[in-house]
Amino acid sequence: MDFQVVVLAGGTSKKLAPLVSKDVPKSLLPVANRPVLSYVLDLLEQTNIKDLIVVVEGEDTDGLVENWISEAYVDRLHVQVAAVGEEVGTAGALRAIAHHLTASDILVVSGDLVCDISPGAVAAAHRRHDAVVTALFCAAPISGPPESGSSSGKDKTKKPVRHNIVGLDLTQQFLLYIAAGNEVEKDIKVQKSILRAVGKMEIHADLMDAHLYAFKRSVLQQVLNQKQSFRSLKQDVLPYLVKTQLRSEILLNGAHAEENGNEKDGYNTDKVMLSQLLANASTPSFHEVYALGPNGFPPAERKTHKCCVYIARKTKYCARLRSIQAYSDINRDVIGDASHLSGCSFSVHNNVIHPSAVLGSKTTVGPQCMLGEGSQMGDKCSVKRSVIGRHCRIGSNVKVVNSVIMNHVTIGDGCSIQGSIISSNVQLQERAVLKDCQIGAGFVVTAGSEYKGESLARK
Amino acid sequence: MIPPARHASDNLSRAVGMAVPTVSQLRVHPPVDSLQAGSYALSDSVFSASPTRSPSSRIGIDGEFSEDSANWIKRDNSGRLTAAVPTGVPDLTQSIEASNNENNGEVVGGPPQKNSKLLKAKTTKAERRALQEAQRAAKASAKAPEQTSKPEKQANQKKYVSQLASSSVVHEKKGGDKPLEKDRKKDMPPPRMQFDNKSWVEKAKKRSVVKQTEARNRVEIFRHLPQYERGNQLSDLGSSFFQMGDMHPAVYKVGLQFLAGDIMWSNTRCISMLQAFQKVIEDYSTPPERTTLARDLTAKINASVSFLNECRPLSISMGNAIRFLKARITKLTLAQTESEAKTSLCSDIDNYIQAKIVLADKQIVIHAVTKICDGDVILTYGSSSLIEMIILRAHELRRQFRVVIVDSRPNLEGQQLLRKLVEKGLSCTYTHINAVSYVMHEATKIFLGAASVLSNGTVYSTVGTACIAMVAHAYHVPVLVCCESYKFHERVQLDSICSNELGDPDVIAKVPGRTNNCLDDWASKENLQLLNLAYDVTPADYVSTIVTEYGMIPPTSVPVIVREFGREHVLI
Repeated sequence: MDFQVVVLAGGTSKKLAPLVSKDVPKSLLPVANRPVLSYVLDLLEQTNIKDLIVVVEGEDTDGLVENWISEAYVDRLHVQVAAVGEEVGTAGALRAIAHHLTASDILVVSGDLVCDISPGAVAAAHRRHDAVVTALFCAAPISGPPESGSSSGKDKTKKPVRHNIVGLDLTQQFLLYIAAGNEVEKDIKVQKSILRAVGKMEIHADLMDAHLYAFKRSVLQQVLNQKQSFRSLKQDVLPYLVKTQLRSEILLNGAHAEENGNEKDGYNTDKVMLSQLLANASTPSFHEVYALGPNGFPPAERKTHKCCVYIARKTKYCARLRSIQAYSDINRDVIGDASHLSGCSFSVHNNVIHPSAVLGSKTTVGPQCMLGEGSQMGDKCSVKRSVIGRHCRIGSNVKVVNSVIMNHVTIGDGCSIQGSIISSNVQLQERAVLKDCQIGAGFVVTAGSEYKGESLARK
Repeated sequence: MIPPARHASDNLSRAVGMAVPTVSQLRVHPPVDSLQAGSYALSDSVFSASPTRSPSSRIGIDGEFSEDSANWIKRDNSGRLTAAVPTGVPDLTQSIEASNNENNGEVVGGPPQKNSKLLKAKTTKAERRALQEAQRAAKASAKAPEQTSKPEKQANQKKYVSQLASSSVVHEKKGGDKPLEKDRKKDMPPPRMQFDNKSWVEKAKKRSVVKQTEARNRVEIFRHLPQYERGNQLSDLGSSFFQMGDMHPAVYKVGLQFLAGDIMWSNTRCISMLQAFQKVIEDYSTPPERTTLARDLTAKINASVSFLNECRPLSISMGNAIRFLKARITKLTLAQTESEAKTSLCSDIDNYIQAKIVLADKQIVIHAVTKICDGDVILTYGSSSLIEMIILRAHELRRQFRVVIVDSRPNLEGQQLLRKLVEKGLSCTYTHINAVSYVMHEATKIFLGAASVLSNGTVYSTVGTACIAMVAHAYHVPVLVCCESYKFHERVQLDSICSNELGDPDVIAKVPGRTNNCLDDWASKENLQLLNLAYDVTPADYVSTIVTEYGMIPPTSVPVIVREFGREHVLI
């Protein structure tokens, strides 16, 4: 369908500090024992997209991602992995791979997206309106633990997370205003011209930008070339396109200019009539009304372009792995509410235990849990709403609640882990107590130590 | 799509012709006669049975045909008398009589309307057995010729021994049937899809690209027309965006816009469809296999057409345009190179749009403007691009006249027209269709647009047009219908039921400006059905004149235009 897909897999995010490292880039961070990137790739595969470009930040992570993709998707996808320098931003990444882009439209997907919204729907909305950019918005997920048993959890849930301020027209098809929630302090400034052209505007604060955009290639590349200072698609390119939608500076297509050049001969007046006929079709969008001017004939050349949105239905799941909180939320949801995403079949007890996992006597694994391949658990353990990775060795009398334990973790007897994230190759010695902690790869927690709400990493 | 007019009448006459003997046969028994009068269903079933019940000799010749009729029996699950009918073997008539006699005994007592149900319920064991036997007999008679032919074949095989010869014999044998089949095919082109026929619908569903769920609460009398739930269609089509590998993006886009209602008028729909096809042709390259451009491209266009038809049923004008395009493709000679053929096709499409739509519109404006005089009050309905051009042109010529725009829910297209006319400084009156009889006495001329004009002079147009024309007729106001001749069609249509388009019923349930409607959850009410018809039919009696690019003609002259200029589609 003349679409190219670019997955921005990112590099080593600072926000996920102890969890990601040079060995485990963000895109390979396991969510329910699968790298987060696989969720995007599976989604794309489901919608029959076989050719895609994965852009990775940083040279050394590039190799890791490429190896993993070529192993996991060897016959299924045709993936081209491109590495770009660190700290170039999303816009910079696209600038760097510009020579690969040839299709008329480009779908840009963030690699940390975990959702079940069909990208096809976004592409279809994009095509239908012949838009310059179409963004996917979805209802902002509720962050924080589901049942706020602990007081600290309560505080987190109470704090409203402001994602974006989004202005839409009444049909919820066009994007009129966008600002990141954290930039807005007291007031937002809306352009008069847009407001006048539209008439009414809805302002939403409950929508989240899913970082899935469909761009018209010619426009995107033009903007990227003209504005070298633009670094991010979300913070620079999208607001720029939205702001200039009624006084477009971009040349939409070359044919337009030609047509105006030699309008004199008779054949072309017929063409104008034809285009008028076409323009008359049903209700024109406000862009066209504005372009026509107040009296139906253009006073001056007014160029417009359309910025569209696709708003996903509330029943769809959509989340981005952007913070540690989001990481544990996504892990919880993928084995819980949005279990269809995990790709595993859940047992009658609503959990997934790999057949090769070994459980000791009187050990219970509750619902919404996942136990990876080759993991061993001692006696009298209890696991609730947690993910345990591959080849973990867990001693007796261990309690794991609301936590994520990655691969090759050794946990001694009598440990208690609550609301924590434990990276690969961590060693927990006897009777360690962790609550709301994040532990970086290879860290050793000494016997009997107690930590609460801390982030630990190997020095 | 549009079936040629010939088919329906042809089929009918044939059906009646065959039905006659049986009807007379039935009439031998007086009680049967009363039964027929009482139950419509029964007589109907007898008539509908007749086309499949050809003389038994024919069944004998054509094994395939009898199989067909057997299928047909299964489909008619009501299991009335009809099941016994198609076999047409001598002993069958007995069974009919027997069953009839039995039925009559029961039927007389019961209320006439429930006859068919009673028949269904009370088929006795003996009766069923009679049916079964009759069916068996039919099968046997169907197989008989095959069996007789088999020994022949074996004999032949003995003669020639080689496999090749036997296959040639088979060919010969088939060849005997072929002309017959061909004739039949010529006589009746494939009938239009009837959406109340379940097996048909299921077959179509398998083929369809757009996932469609059938609407609930459909109006019984319009069940033969397609109607789907609108809500999910768009998102379903959207989510399958990348699955449609072979669909051209331009066609896909136009289909989406049809489905979403972004493109609505018949002219614009036709133009955008043709332009999409132009892009398809431009990007087309013949696959290296042995197919020719003409054949492969036709297949491709057909796929696109059926996709567009699923998005929204094609209008008559679009059907005409597609026919033109296909005719041009078949006209391509092998001598032309691919690029030559492509450019010629593209320029043909351009010319078609230019000549049939743009220039035709200009010409119609020239003709129609002469009918607008100073002091006139023009009444128009809805919004038609052509009427708008005419009115604006008359305004440019400084005629002094007033416009009354009559509009109707749910589309309220007239508001757009009103806005444009008021911007140009015309004095307008805007009203809804329920007030048409009050404003009609002011009007001196009615200008109406049309989706199509059929060959009996019937105007097929947006729903409400017929109402306007009839009120105008009562008030003795002349009605001028403006329509490009490419929208003319040779079909004859007497009512707006047999062929129409059903719109989204939800839009009529919603009243603009009201927050909570009492009809919000109408779909959950079983006894409520909403009907949103898209078109209606204005009989020729109510139309004073039809303005086409060839001039102003009375509705009775439409067949002349269709005959004389219709062929031009092909000959341009």
